[in-house]
Amino acid sequence: MSKQEQHWEKTRNLLFITLAIWFVFSIGIFLFGAEMQESSIRPFGYPLTYWFTCQGSLAIFVILIFWFAGRQEKIDDEFGFTEREGEQ
Amino acid sequence: MIKGKFIDNLPKVYGIYTGGFLVFIIIMAIAEQAGMSAKMIGIFFVAFTVLIYALIGWLSRTLQTDAYYVAGRQVPTVFNGMATAADWMSGASFVAMAGGIYFKGYGYMALLVGWTGGYVLVASLLAPYLRKFGCYTVPDFIGTRYGGNLARFSAVIVLTVASFTYVTAQINATGTIASVALDIPFEIAVYVGLASILMCSMLGGMRAVTWTQVAQYIVLIIAYLLPVFWISNNIGAGFFPHFMLADEVARIAELEGQFGFVKNSAADLATVPKGLAGITKPHSSVNATPWAFISLAVCMMAGTASLPHVMMRYFTTPSVRTARRSVGWSLFFIFLLYSSAPMLATLSKISLMDPNLATGIIGKSITEVQALDWYQNWNQAKLMFVSDFNGNGTLELNEFFMKGSAVVLATPEIAGLPYVISGLVAAGGMAAAMSTADGLVLAISNALSHDVYYKIINPKAETAKRLIVARVLLVLIGFAGATIAALEIQGILGSVIWAFDFAMSGLFFPLVLGVWWKRANAPGAVAGMLLGLISGTAYLVWVRSGGSGFLGITQLTFGIVGAAVSLVSMIVVSLITTAPDAATQKMVDDVRVPSGKTILGKQH
Repeated sequence: MSKQEQHWEKTRNLLFITLAIWFVFSIGIFLFGAEMQESSIRPFGYPLTYWFTCQGSLAIFVILIFWFAGRQEKIDDEFGFTEREGEQ
Repeated sequence: MIKGKFIDNLPKVYGIYTGGFLVFIIIMAIAEQAGMSAKMIGIFFVAFTVLIYALIGWLSRTLQTDAYYVAGRQVPTVFNGMATAADWMSGASFVAMAGGIYFKGYGYMALLVGWTGGYVLVASLLAPYLRKFGCYTVPDFIGTRYGGNLARFSAVIVLTVASFTYVTAQINATGTIASVALDIPFEIAVYVGLASILMCSMLGGMRAVTWTQVAQYIVLIIAYLLPVFWISNNIGAGFFPHFMLADEVARIAELEGQFGFVKNSAADLATVPKGLAGITKPHSSVNATPWAFISLAVCMMAGTASLPHVMMRYFTTPSVRTARRSVGWSLFFIFLLYSSAPMLATLSKISLMDPNLATGIIGKSITEVQALDWYQNWNQAKLMFVSDFNGNGTLELNEFFMKGSAVVLATPEIAGLPYVISGLVAAGGMAAAMSTADGLVLAISNALSHDVYYKIINPKAETAKRLIVARVLLVLIGFAGATIAALEIQGILGSVIWAFDFAMSGLFFPLVLGVWWKRANAPGAVAGMLLGLISGTAYLVWVRSGGSGFLGITQLTFGIVGAAVSLVSMIVVSLITTAPDAATQKMVDDVRVPSGKTILGKQH
C-alpha cells in the first residue's frame, strides 16, 4: 500500500470515529428523549434531555471538532503531509 | 498606535474597537440618565454601528480577484471563526430563536442541535478538502471536480435558490429592525437595510465582508449576552444563568401545571393580531416525537454542510490545517450565543409568569396589565396583545399573546432594564441580519460573476471587468432580494429553514461524494443536484398545497426527500455512465493530501 493510501485509510477511520460520536449526540440520544428526561442524572439540576438540547450536545460538538482537528494533524504529520509555512 | 501590516495587528485593532463600543454603550447609558429619549438612543445605536461597518467596508476596498473572492486567503483561524459565526448567525438566530424556544419548547430545540451539529460534518467531510482545492466559490469546486459547464451551472442554480430564499429573510429582518429603531415605514426601511448591506460588501468583496463580520460578531455577542446576564442577576436567578437556572426551569413547569394550557376557541383566536402566539406547549418537557425532533435536526445539519456562504468562509484561511481549526472556533463562537438562547427564553417566561416576581403579569387584572408602559409600547408595535376571553377580569396564561421576536426585543424592558439595553439589542439584531445578508449576497453574486460570467460566458475577461461585473450583480441581487422581502411572503424563520432544505436537497451529496467517492462523475452529479432540488421543491409545493405528505416529513423537513433522491440518482447515474478519467481521479487524490499546491491556482 502506498504512503498516500495508508494516509487516506487512517483519515477515513478517523472520520468514522468522529461521525459515530457525532451520531450519538445529535441523533442517537434523542431517540430516547422521553426516557432520558425522567433520568435521575440532572446536570446542573436541569432535566437530562433538556440539558443536552441547550448545552450538552452543543458543547460536545465544539470539543469533538477540536479533537478531530488535532488527530488529523497528527495523521498528516506522521506521513509528512503537513503543509509547510507559506506554501499555497 | 498601529504599525505594520493590518493582519498582524488584528487583536489590537479589534481590541480597541471592542473597548470603543463598550465606551459608546456607557455614554449612551449616561445620556439616558440625562434625559435622552428612547427613540434617540435607538437611532444612535443603529446608525453608529452601521456607519462603522460601512467605514470598514470602504477601508477594505480592493481591485484584486483573490482579495475580492477569498480575502487574499490570509484570514487567521480565530478571526475567521468570528466572521463565520456572524455570517452564520442570522436575524433568525438572533431575533427569532429564543422566541421559538419560548413558544415551542423541546420540539424547536432540534434547531439548536442541528445548527451546531452540522459543523462536525463541515469540519470532517468538507471544509479542509475544499480549502485544499483552492476554489473561489462552491460551484467552482463542483465545476472543476466533475468537469463541464453543465455541472457548474447546476451548482449555481441550487446555490441561488437556497441562498436567495435565505437572503430575503435577512433583508426582511434588517428592515424590521431598522423600521422599529429608526421609526420609519417597513417598505422604506428594507431599502435602508439594503444600502447598509451593500456598503459593506460592494467595494471590497470577501475582504470587506470578512472584516465587517468580525466587527458585527463583537456587537451581536455583547448585545445578546449582556441582557441575559443582567436579567438573571436582576431577578435573583443566579449570576451565571447557564449553570443556575434549574430552579427557574422547574418553577416554570410547576406554574404550567397550576395555570394549565387552556385551549382558546377559534372565534377568540380570530381576534388576536396575525403573527402573535400564546404559550401552548410545556417549557422543558419532551413534547415532540423522536422522529419529529431528529428529522428536523438532520435537515439542519446537512443543510449547514451544504450552504455555500458558510463553506466559502473556509476558503479564506491561509492553509488546510487552519481551515479545520477555524471550523472549531466558528462553532465555539456560535455556541456562546446558542447556549444562551434557551436561558433567555427561560428568563423571559419566568419574568412574565411568576406571580411572585414584580414583573409577573399572569394572574394580574387585565386593566392593570394594559396600563403598563412596556405593554402599551409593544402593543402599539403589534408585538403584544392581551384579551379577557373568559371575562373574569384577570389575565390567564392563554390570554397573553406576543410575537416570537418580542422575547429578545422586549424582555430587557419587561425585566426593568434601562432602555440603553434595548438600543443595544436592536444594534445586535441589525448586525446579525446584515452580516448574514452580506455573506449570502456575496455568495450569489460571486457564483454568477465567477462561474457563470467568467468561466462559462467570457473566459477571456480581464480582472477589472470581472470585478465590475461582480459588483453590478451584487447590487442587482440585493435589490431583487429587497423587493421580494418587501412583499413579506413567508416569516423570517420559515424562509431560513427552507433555505437549509433547498441546499441539502441539491448540494449535500454532490459535495460530499465529490471528495469521498472517486467514482462519482459529472452525469451523476448533475442528476444528483437537479433531481434532488426538483423533488425537494415538488414535495414542498405538494405539502404546502394541502398534500398529506409521507413518513411524517413536513414542509420544514422536505430536504430529506430531496437529499434521498439526490443520493440515489447520483449513485445510479454515476454507475451506469463511464468512470471519471485518470486526471480527475488524480485530482481527487491530491485533494485528500493537505500538503502541496492547491488544485486551482492562486489567480484563476
